[in-house]
Amino acid sequence: MIRLTGVSKSFDDNHVLRGLDMRVAAGTTLAVLGRSGTGKSVLLRCVARLLQVDEGMVEVDGRDMVSADEKQVREIRLKMGYVFQFAALFDSLRIGENVELPLRRAGIGGEEARRRTDEALARVGLEGTRDQFPADLSGGMRKRAGIARAIVSRPDILLYDEPTSGLDPVTGAVIDGLMVRLKREMGATGILITHDIQSAFRVADRVALLNEGRLHAEGSPDDFRASEDPLIRAFLEGRADLWPGELVAGDPA
Amino acid sequence: MQLTGVLAWVGRQTTAGLALVGAAAQFVWTVVHSIGDIGTWGPQTALQVRRIGIDSIPVALFIAVFTGIVLALQSSYTFTGIVPLYFVGVLVAKSVMLELGPVLTGLALAGRVGANIAAEIGTMRVTEQVDALEMMAWNPVSYLVVPRVIAGIVAFPIVTALALGAGIGAGWITSVSLLDLSTQEFVRGVRMFYDPFDLRYPLIKAASFGAVVTAVGALHGYHTTGGAAGVGRATTRAVVLSCMLILVLDAVWAVVLL
Repeated sequence: MIRLTGVSKSFDDNHVLRGLDMRVAAGTTLAVLGRSGTGKSVLLRCVARLLQVDEGMVEVDGRDMVSADEKQVREIRLKMGYVFQFAALFDSLRIGENVELPLRRAGIGGEEARRRTDEALARVGLEGTRDQFPADLSGGMRKRAGIARAIVSRPDILLYDEPTSGLDPVTGAVIDGLMVRLKREMGATGILITHDIQSAFRVADRVALLNEGRLHAEGSPDDFRASEDPLIRAFLEGRADLWPGELVAGDPA
Repeated sequence: MQLTGVLAWVGRQTTAGLALVGAAAQFVWTVVHSIGDIGTWGPQTALQVRRIGIDSIPVALFIAVFTGIVLALQSSYTFTGIVPLYFVGVLVAKSVMLELGPVLTGLALAGRVGANIAAEIGTMRVTEQVDALEMMAWNPVSYLVVPRVIAGIVAFPIVTALALGAGIGAGWITSVSLLDLSTQEFVRGVRMFYDPFDLRYPLIKAASFGAVVTAVGALHGYHTTGGAAGVGRATTRAVVLSCMLILVLDAVWAVVLL
């Protein structure tokens, strides 16, 4: 389970998260929606302790990420998989070496590492790419390689930072299908940061909408579809005129 | 109003300078603290020695050869008719070993190695590869920084030793082929004021230059922000600061060791 309580994070005068409360039940995936700059990626980085919160508590599987020392944080991260927005593969390493990196850290090498790497690559449909370099792959394939690296150590928690951004709809749907299948097969707890409503509805058990650094609404995909909340409607329908305070072309000044 | 502006500027510069010193001190502490993580940096170090050392040999030799040639010609021009010409050997050997060999090699490698490290780690930072290492529970400093710093400390003296040989060799060939000087006379000059410490001194300097160039490059790369422009800024700052620190260290070693 992942729980955030009263989490605040600022960068100088920019207050990105303002007392955010959020909970992700074990084995479920929460999709976090929100406008650009509303703190979605910052939230994910705080969960992983890539950023330290200014105030509040972040709890991952019952362990406090805020007060944990570096050694404890590394132990918790061994149970996490993080899918970066642009995959963050190491250009100088082959795909197989990239995917093997978490295993090497966990002390798994040799034939076992090779078998698990091949298994992870097969799960994301990248058989036969082990000896290729990231530059040889398309954007969608690189993202899938990033997912393979995130799942190779069989983590309990999967954090996805906009895994379908910049992809065509078909490739995006492939990635969504992959996330659904991984959730079913691995039972991991997940947070999915996305702007893609369809992706959120396909993958997530629960959906949350962030606004101005706070949780505005949370519910099932069906709750969101049926909601009359103006912010949810504005977001789902892509209508700036429904967003409070938003000026759109043609509005009177 | 103008005075206020000047004071504000001084204040900002002072704050920025202190912040850099603080960040550098913290970084050095982290690097030292990470040396115990040999399982992480050990396997990376051989590759870095090759990239930092062996790949730098051509540029170091190129600089050393032309330095040796020019030193021989200039000293001959200065000494002719005043001082016996075998002093060309003295000047070439002493200048190359004590000063020009290690310092010019250090400056050249600050450009080549320092810029490379800052740009590589900086790019990894802005493309979240450093974060990816952290998420895989690797210590990024042990993985990225320590092997480069150790490789710098090991490789710079090796490259410098080769540069010393090339510089003196080039001075000798120039002397016997272009000047009215025999090999025996050149060697007599080289041996005249030779002290075994003359060989240790440039290697000590080179090791310290290697540590500074790699650590400064890594520091700036590690703290890069702001995308491609930030990588460019980090690279420029790393090279400029490395060059300045090499000259400062050169003076410090002269005071301390000579």
